[in-house]
Amino acid sequence: MTNAGALMVTTPTDREIEMTRLFNAPRSLVFDTFTRPELVRRWLLGPDGWSMPVCEIDLRVGGKYRYVWRNDSNGSEMAAGGVFREIVAPERLVHSEQFDDPWYPGEALVTTLFVEQGGRTTVKQTMLLESREARDGVLKSGMETGVERSYQRLEEQLASMAGRS
Amino acid sequence: MTPDRLDATFAALADPTRRAILSRLASGEASVMELAEPFAMSQPAISKHLKVLERAGLISSAREAQRRPRKLEAAPLAEATKWLERYRRFWEARFQRLDALLEELQVRKTKSGRDKRQRRER
Repeated sequence: MTNAGALMVTTPTDREIEMTRLFNAPRSLVFDTFTRPELVRRWLLGPDGWSMPVCEIDLRVGGKYRYVWRNDSNGSEMAAGGVFREIVAPERLVHSEQFDDPWYPGEALVTTLFVEQGGRTTVKQTMLLESREARDGVLKSGMETGVERSYQRLEEQLASMAGRS
Repeated sequence: MTPDRLDATFAALADPTRRAILSRLASGEASVMELAEPFAMSQPAISKHLKVLERAGLISSAREAQRRPRKLEAAPLAEATKWLERYRRFWEARFQRLDALLEELQVRKTKSGRDKRQRRER
């Protein structure tokens, strides 16, 4: 596995989270891995043990996407979706994001830029939230909230089983 | 740390000048004049940034000394960095999976290109 470069996470403004990462591949290919469902579902997962049973992408302006993640050990699910606002393949992608069981208020607007240099691609993804509170909520909980919740549930089950025996 | 305090920390860190001031203070305390030097900014402008950092608890000033040097307060910064780092690790795990996928796709592409060339040559 080639780890092209460390991921940088910054908070350029009160309502934004910016991620920058270099990949060892031309941008047309990187763009595909962000927009083709059969490729997206291979990597946009949670920690080990999570799969992505639903990954639908209608790649046109106004088109929708929908993702469902599933924890295969206990069956808990998480889902998100949104609408594509701008598509300039393979340079730029803008889409909205909203979770079904929202752990941050409102909707996020995600802008992804793909810049190629010497056969490698820098991806810069900016997530714009509706408020500073929502932005901080994303940073504080992250997608791990759902993961932790399912672990907690498992621990509770184990504890109650141990209590019974 | 309370959520409000954490919000103040993130807000304080949102500005590039303030981040530069913090990284300067990481190498030792400095007066307002010393801090203003590398920036094309007036001392009052720098003082405003210092006030934001101070309110967020990221820096403190020694009251007794005349030049009132500012110094970095590590604890709140470490807390905010911890949240950022957790978020970063979560995404880095995803991106490492993407690295592997991109490599696989490129190997497959080179291989199929080579097969086609070989077929043509035959």
